[in-house]
Amino acid sequence: MVIDLDKCTGCGSCMVACMSENNVPFKEDETRKKDSITWMRVYKLTNHQPFPDTDICYMPRPCMQCSGIGEHGHAPCVSVCPAVATDYGFDTGIVSQIYTRCFGCRYCMAACPYHARYFNWWDPKWPEGMENYLSPDVSPRMRGVVEKCSFCYHRYQLARERAYVEERDEEAIEEQDYQTACTQACPAGAITFGDLNNPDHAVNQMVKPDPNAFGKPRNPKAFRLLERLQTNPKVYYISEREWVRKAGDNYLDGEWENLKNNHDKGHE
Amino acid sequence: MDSALIPEGAKRCPFPVFAIGIAIVSVVLLWGVYAMGLCWLKGLNQTNMDDYYPFALWIWADLAVIAVGGGAFFTGLLRYVFGIDELKNIVNLAVVIGFICYSSALLILAIDIGQPLRGWFIFWHANVHSMLTEVAFCLSLYFSVLTIEFIPLILENRKIDKVPFFHNLGHNMHGTMAIFAATGAFLSCFHQGSLGGMAGVMFGRPFAFREGLLIWPWTFFLFTWSAAAYGPCFTLTILKMFEGITKKKLVKDSVVHLLAKISGWMILTYLIAKIIDTIYWATVTAPSQGFRFMDFYSNNSFYGVWILIIEVVVCGIVPAIILVKKSYRENSRLLLLAIVLGTIGVCLNRWVMVLQVMAVPVMSFDTWALYFPSWQEIATTVLPVAYGVILISLAYRYLPVFPQEKELNAD
Repeated sequence: MVIDLDKCTGCGSCMVACMSENNVPFKEDETRKKDSITWMRVYKLTNHQPFPDTDICYMPRPCMQCSGIGEHGHAPCVSVCPAVATDYGFDTGIVSQIYTRCFGCRYCMAACPYHARYFNWWDPKWPEGMENYLSPDVSPRMRGVVEKCSFCYHRYQLARERAYVEERDEEAIEEQDYQTACTQACPAGAITFGDLNNPDHAVNQMVKPDPNAFGKPRNPKAFRLLERLQTNPKVYYISEREWVRKAGDNYLDGEWENLKNNHDKGHE
Repeated sequence: MDSALIPEGAKRCPFPVFAIGIAIVSVVLLWGVYAMGLCWLKGLNQTNMDDYYPFALWIWADLAVIAVGGGAFFTGLLRYVFGIDELKNIVNLAVVIGFICYSSALLILAIDIGQPLRGWFIFWHANVHSMLTEVAFCLSLYFSVLTIEFIPLILENRKIDKVPFFHNLGHNMHGTMAIFAATGAFLSCFHQGSLGGMAGVMFGRPFAFREGLLIWPWTFFLFTWSAAAYGPCFTLTILKMFEGITKKKLVKDSVVHLLAKISGWMILTYLIAKIIDTIYWATVTAPSQGFRFMDFYSNNSFYGVWILIIEVVVCGIVPAIILVKKSYRENSRLLLLAIVLGTIGVCLNRWVMVLQVMAVPVMSFDTWALYFPSWQEIATTVLPVAYGVILISLAYRYLPVFPQEKELNAD
């Protein structure tokens, strides 16, 4: 997934589409945001500059689908789960979550630096009649288990099924056959989704992931959140604004300038 | 009323006084049980935890009781495996404390998980890569070992001991105790360590993450070491509390000073390792992830460098010096100060490795997450304390926990 932060207006359509698509329940009172479930969450960033240099950026944050150090599949959450309730799919690069296996120890949440994992503190409830609009392709989760963005995995399964019925290769589904709900909902077209390993897909062309550096982007305007932790996410961000790219990670004094200069030299 | 059950030659308070004391503590226990029931029936929304703070007071309590209960495995190891015979006079107390601590830890875990009925999944669907799996296996097995170590003491009750079968069973179990003590020490090394490993392996959390040896981060070794070092401090603190309440001498000073000396040297060596670890983490590991040392101790209203100073200096170096130096540790006031500080120190270390880890922001645009526990969390944390008070009081009243008691209180 590639998210162009310069296009994102912070409208929240991706969040709504995600909740609707994935049967995410909501609380009667949503004022306490830290126990609200938002698989896709839009953060508001600022450059901390006074007027007239003030600038803001909205950053949609789904699960990063990390492949872990050395791309061994040991994402921060996967390696710590004591009951293999979350696993890394080497075929898709997606980190799964088995709700009926999870017993709610929350170690995965503690280990995730992106706060992309959510616990069901409450019984899932919808206003009367709204149950009729739940998606039949996604199982609702019970109280006491962890859930997270799945890159709309059920859509991937449907795409494979369609390919099978149409007697096409299930392993090579078309780019448009599998798109996440947030991608389709974004009115600004800020989110692009596809196969990072497929050079014909837009995501590959946008970030040019380096296969020799665990997918690190070769596009100087692209970055991954907390790249230095070596979580190796599959969500890339693009921005022309330097301060936005810098906000994607933590740097000691002078490090960002060095990195920027080296990067620029590399692309001269 | 219950004089037939009280160890021969031992003096205990009248039964009504004892019963009133137990009744008062039971009220606290029932408060905790009520809160526990709420958590089980209504779910973890009864707590103040949230998605930024998924590990909170309970996990700290869990790690803290296991650390202070470390006196059981370490004293057992010294007594049965290294053959320091004098420690037989305090090993019973260490075992009872260990039993209470570990049973409490298991209870806390049962409350803490979101789906308690699925708790067995940790064994059935075990992920060999997870430190928590290692914790679960070693903790349960070691609790079994502690139960085996506790049984001979129960069988020594005056009434039970009169039954020939139980008398012989107890005698034979004593004979094989070295095997269990060694097994317990082995298991303990791994579960104490894996609790430390739980924090150290979180490479997405720079405050906790540590490099290490093979699959074990340095926190693995530090946790085992600190539990062995500080655990005896807690055993001695409880002993001093007993002696204060009963106004009796229960263990000879020579035994206390011996255990205090061993604890002191263990703390001292642990601190050397801890300081090296902290310096390496602050100057190499954390900077490699883009963090300055002070990032972890500033820009919030609670966590400052003071917490590190209290942990390492006030509750580490100070007790280590007191316990290592003969004239200091033989001063009863200084000894008391050292063992209390030591107990606080290891609890503080566990606090930092759980709660501060959750509080520190990792993404550059994120903020510190601070939390205060709900009354249900506090009540369920007090629950094991009340349970421990009741169990240890019963053990003291009816079992020969202190072999030297009769001799020291002959008059």
